[in-house]
Amino acid sequence: MATNVRNLNPAVQSGIVTGYPGAQLFAAPLRYDEDWTPQPYLAKSWDVSDDGLTVTLNLVDNAVFHDGVPITSADVAFSVDTIKAHHPFKSMFAPVTSVDTPDQHTAVLNLSKPHPALMLAMSGQLMAIIPKHIYGDGENPKTHPRNTENVVGSGPFKLVEYKSGEHVILERFDDFFIEGRPYLDKIVMRIITDPAARAIAYENGEVHMGAFESLPRIINRLKKVENLTVTDEGYGGIGPLDWLAMNTTKGPLQDVRVRKAIAHAVDKNFIHKALMEGTASNSLTGIHPDSPFYNSNVEGYDLDLDKSRALLDEAGFPMDGESRFNLTIDFGWPGVKPQVEYVKAALKKVGITVEVRASADFPTWAARMGEMDFDLSWDTVFNWGDPVIGVHRTYSSSNIAKGVWSNTQGYANDRVDELMAMAAIESDPAKRKALYAEFQEIIADEVPVYHVNTLPYHTVYNDNVGNPPLGIWGTSTPIDMTYLKTQ
Amino acid sequence: MGIVRIILLRVVYAIALLLAVLVLNFSLMHLAPGDVADTISQSMGGADQEILDEIRVSYGLDQPFVVQLWRYVSKVVQFDLGHSFFYNQPVTKLILERLPATLLLVITAQIAALIIGVVLGVVSARRPNGVSNYIVTFIALFGYSAPVFWTGILLLITFSLNVHWFPVAGMRDVTIEGGFWVHFLDVARHLILPAVTLGSIFLALYSRLSRASMMEVLGSDYVRTAKSKGLTSNQVVYKHALKNALSPVITLAGLQFSAVLSGAVLVEAVFSWPGLGTLAFQSIIARDTPTILGILFFSALVVIVGNLLTDLALRLVDPRVGGGK
Repeated sequence: MATNVRNLNPAVQSGIVTGYPGAQLFAAPLRYDEDWTPQPYLAKSWDVSDDGLTVTLNLVDNAVFHDGVPITSADVAFSVDTIKAHHPFKSMFAPVTSVDTPDQHTAVLNLSKPHPALMLAMSGQLMAIIPKHIYGDGENPKTHPRNTENVVGSGPFKLVEYKSGEHVILERFDDFFIEGRPYLDKIVMRIITDPAARAIAYENGEVHMGAFESLPRIINRLKKVENLTVTDEGYGGIGPLDWLAMNTTKGPLQDVRVRKAIAHAVDKNFIHKALMEGTASNSLTGIHPDSPFYNSNVEGYDLDLDKSRALLDEAGFPMDGESRFNLTIDFGWPGVKPQVEYVKAALKKVGITVEVRASADFPTWAARMGEMDFDLSWDTVFNWGDPVIGVHRTYSSSNIAKGVWSNTQGYANDRVDELMAMAAIESDPAKRKALYAEFQEIIADEVPVYHVNTLPYHTVYNDNVGNPPLGIWGTSTPIDMTYLKTQ
Repeated sequence: MGIVRIILLRVVYAIALLLAVLVLNFSLMHLAPGDVADTISQSMGGADQEILDEIRVSYGLDQPFVVQLWRYVSKVVQFDLGHSFFYNQPVTKLILERLPATLLLVITAQIAALIIGVVLGVVSARRPNGVSNYIVTFIALFGYSAPVFWTGILLLITFSLNVHWFPVAGMRDVTIEGGFWVHFLDVARHLILPAVTLGSIFLALYSRLSRASMMEVLGSDYVRTAKSKGLTSNQVVYKHALKNALSPVITLAGLQFSAVLSGAVLVEAVFSWPGLGTLAFQSIIARDTPTILGILFFSALVVIVGNLLTDLALRLVDPRVGGGK
């Protein structure tokens, strides 16, 4: 792992760093296979009513927490309440009005409206089933001491030692509810902050497996190492995307033709091949290409400088000496500086003068984004499973607010709002897909953000690792089927 | 002036200085736009206004600047450095937990560099135009000019990757089981590369300084007298000259020791050494104000105490310092 883990309890803390240990410590009702199909986990079966307003979970009956207390429907109800109140992704369980517990092993979620996103929200790290008898003691679950010490979980591994900034050590939980699993006896998750040092640790076998490597140079170097496999599989669920955000509320960028002109002037091919060194995939919309809802049949903006210039003329920004107008571009972390510098050079060719504004650190940049004090900015946003959870927030007009950086573009389109509202409650997968297809066409056409590429997250593992976690949730789901070939 | 008075006066200065450091650091941190709520919400994959407000209220970041400053100073006066936002732990505990690792690294590097540096310096000073002099000069210049992160990575590639002699990162192998000596050897194995990396800067300084100082002393009258008395060259160098030549080296060592953190930050980051440097690095990136302020406060304390101790040590070695009253 590359950074410190603040909290091991995914019910109150999101993020990939919590997800890796969190999904080992706590079980979710469902898990997903590579084809985005839900599979039983803590729930052996489930049933969605025809009107989509009740979802019944039938729990396995032999499941116990790490302290031996049985896992019951009361814990599921408690977990839903906790997540609703304290998890940052409010959209996951917002439509859940109550949870009935007719018996110990049946939990019925009552919904105010159909909510197909619930299935993904009940999988991976997004829904940790936490023990009511520990976290229900009246203390704020968000700052509960048991989030990092003496953790009593429901998952395949239990906590041995948590050392902030150093490591998390997990051990096989012998009474795990799936017979014979997990296969590994012990997992040591080490925090190695320096990417070059991590790379060497993979190479010399000191570390068997690692996820979320994103530096193209290191990825390509490790790909050449004989006993290592480096793959970008396993990130569809998290769905990380890199894009060029445009502030649609001020200056020339208010005009959609200017935004299209910028898209035509920036050569994505150059970014993919030269800057990302072939490690990232093209992405055309706000939905990750690995998602079943992805629509690749949208405007892609090929490099076309003449068209770009024509669009700028048409929008009423003729060349005035050397330049048409000035813009600024921001970036939040040094890793994307090459992209930003490239955009500056590319836009100069069509007569837009761009000033690169560096930020001293991440919070400085985030404050600028939150205040919508920017023209262009490089940004990275995650999908988090269902579009309702991680996609809507960027394009929803109700999310235009100062102080947060969600729809910092200030983008508002009634039809887009309407499509998202309909897709959120559409139970039929095919119809839902069609709604998102139209949604993606519009956002690609109106370019509030110019979608550039997927963030090249890669998982690295050596030949000793059998069955590495490469499902849609990658390492943010239990790795109970992973094993070591030789000790 | 009596030594007790000097110490007392220094302590009074130190307290005033620490207070100034505290207020200045706090104000500087406050000037920067954005805060830890941004970092926390980023690590969570995004958050809405409600959550950002909740974080700010729970850490008191919603209060006016003067109130925050007053709260902080009054806490520090009671030896409470506050609670880390990012690590969810008391800052004092965080610092004390990581101090031993840093001390181990810095002291090992310092002592090794001091001894080797002085030896190299003396050797090259005795034959200012010999081959040994050029070798020592080369080592010193290389150690001083190569950036530590580069040296660190180079050593890692050579000794961890090409030959599997040393581990890549951390301070100990958590899977290892055994008694004290097993763990001792394990830590020693982890310690060597970072200590060499860190020591290479100090080594350069010490060898250059002790060379220059030794050459100066060797040219002085009393050395000539000693030589004409018929003492052997070794006796002159090690009995008479070295003691005097060491005085500036000790001053430098003291000053360097005060800079415990600045040198260790990069080395610790490269080797994931679980010390104060890594903590400083990570908390700066996370804008974890209480931790940053705590470390700065602690470093100021170390600098002041370090300077005081250097002064005292110099008095022992060289009675001329302090006027001899």
